[in-house]
Amino acid sequence: MTDEPVEHHPEDQPALTPLGIPREETPDPDVIAVGPEMAVAEADVRWPEGGEVIKGRSLWRDAWRRLLKNKLAVFGLVVVIVITIAAITGPWLIHKTLGFTPDYIPSNDVRLIKSFPPFTGPDGKFSWTHPMGTDNAGRDQFARVLQGGQISLFVGIISTLVSLLIGISYGAIAGYIGGRLDNLMMRIVDVLYSLPYVILVIVLLSMFRSQTPRGQLVLLFVALGSVSWLTMARIVRGQVLSLKNQEFVLAARATGVSTTRIIFRHLVPNTLGPVIVYATLTIPQVMLTEAFLSFLGFGVQAPLASWGSLAADGAQNIAIYPWQLIFPGVTMALTLFSLNFLGDGLRDALDPQMRTE
Amino acid sequence: MLRFIIKRLLVTIPTILVVITITWGLIRLAPGNFYSGEKRLPPAIEKNIREKYGLDKPWYQQYGRTMWNILRHQDFGTSLNFRGQSVNVIIRRSLPVSAGVGILAYLLALLIGIPVGSIAALKQNSRWDYSSMAVTMLGISIPNFVLGPILVMIFSLSLYWLPPSRWNGFFSSNIILPVVTLSAVYMAYIARLTRAGMLEVLRSDYIRTARAKGLSEKDVVIRHALRGGLMPVVSYTGPALAFLLTGTVVIEKIFALPGLGNYFIQASLNRDEPLVIGIVAFIAITLLLMNLLVDITYAYLDPRVRY
Repeated sequence: MTDEPVEHHPEDQPALTPLGIPREETPDPDVIAVGPEMAVAEADVRWPEGGEVIKGRSLWRDAWRRLLKNKLAVFGLVVVIVITIAAITGPWLIHKTLGFTPDYIPSNDVRLIKSFPPFTGPDGKFSWTHPMGTDNAGRDQFARVLQGGQISLFVGIISTLVSLLIGISYGAIAGYIGGRLDNLMMRIVDVLYSLPYVILVIVLLSMFRSQTPRGQLVLLFVALGSVSWLTMARIVRGQVLSLKNQEFVLAARATGVSTTRIIFRHLVPNTLGPVIVYATLTIPQVMLTEAFLSFLGFGVQAPLASWGSLAADGAQNIAIYPWQLIFPGVTMALTLFSLNFLGDGLRDALDPQMRTE
Repeated sequence: MLRFIIKRLLVTIPTILVVITITWGLIRLAPGNFYSGEKRLPPAIEKNIREKYGLDKPWYQQYGRTMWNILRHQDFGTSLNFRGQSVNVIIRRSLPVSAGVGILAYLLALLIGIPVGSIAALKQNSRWDYSSMAVTMLGISIPNFVLGPILVMIFSLSLYWLPPSRWNGFFSSNIILPVVTLSAVYMAYIARLTRAGMLEVLRSDYIRTARAKGLSEKDVVIRHALRGGLMPVVSYTGPALAFLLTGTVVIEKIFALPGLGNYFIQASLNRDEPLVIGIVAFIAITLLLMNLLVDITYAYLDPRVRY
């Protein structure tokens, strides 16, 4: 701890996600400097006398090893992979083996159009056909939850990519150019930070409500992506600030590389460590916001379904058909839980300060 | 300090104007109108409506009039959907519900989050640390719209202990489930923030000094470590309170509470322009003032912070 007075700045506040939840463990741009060492990655070192090859320890391989030691992170990684694969292939597999699609309503038999408990057939006896039961229209919940997972994961990933695209460009430009422009750009970020995002997103989504479910989905990407790039911009800017005075940038400038190229080919790749960590933590936040919006009826529209809209349908029938809420809800919680642990694990793995070996 | 406050207030006012303008713009740029429904209105009626609400004037006059009323008279106009009720009255009526539930939830979150986080930090890497941090992660990952109905199912529909919904004033058991549901996420975050803050402080020199001069462990923790360790929680309080105050949207929907959030949802769905603008502006003002308040508290608590 230093004795110097510390300039307190709004930027010191914990980063906020759209729901007002702080990201208490946001990678500190100054601490995690996954610097240009990455440039020498994967270099095999030849021992002079013996001739045996000693594998160079790259930063990435080190990080990967540390990640594997973190049980919770590995658990998270495995669950995320399993759920993703299940969501992508599941509905198709169910269609192949059992013959129904997620939105198949058994309209040829009125007795089937009702909500069965898990593992129960229409006759009330045990059956493997609907492991998560059915919804009010007799649609298979398991297939619906898997298909909802597709949408939820898709929204999470695409919106995070949008936020990456905006955040990286914005942060890198502000950091590299510096001066007045930097000041102006970061003040804008400060102002945007203090706005009630979710509220504005709700206004946007309800006013521009699209007639088609697909249109609404695109609107959702735009809305979620455009509010979640702020922290990313700050992280990238911090990284670029610490990198831009290093020799490799000077060398690039001396050899006449254009500014755009320096920013996007030399600086941005070197900020990847913190960016990956933060992106992993953004996905669950965006998914949560999407679910929140869909729950309120502003997000994904029928016939498309996400975990949020499935939970919203289920919440209305909680008294009689609790499984309609519990299965999508628990699946979603498990996914978010795993993604959060994976993100935390990645941060620990990529943070050189934690390196103990 | 005073200069800092004035400087911040000077930034706050344009920010609020920007928020109001964005909201106004979003509502006006969207296709359709608040009166346009499935069926087209007869032209004469449409003309009357447009005249009544001043929609026949050019957009800058409408914008100017809205802004003037808000700035000069702090008047957001009359709700289009709740006929004859002024937006100010609706906000004044629904605010206590949202604010009450929000503040109670935050107090509950502090009451449980801080001790849990402190103990986790003091016993770092113990079983308590790991299990409490796993539980808090679970708390963060379970969306409140899943937790709420599940709590209702357990405590109202199975055990019959608590009423499942409706507002009955602050001193009724109706308030327990909404407050607990809302506070879960914040409880988890406060526990994690406290742990992180305490861990950092416990390693610092002044704690070593406190120990070296022979203070009891209790004094070290309560009088020295907590003060520094709670800084992250303090800086989180501003935004969290503002969001709690307003972000009870989901909770209000689940438990059918007549709060700001519920009105906001209805207003958005009905394109009730004055009410939407009023609530958005109110939320923005609260958020910005809370943040300012937190920064002042921060300077007061941490003698190293100078503005």
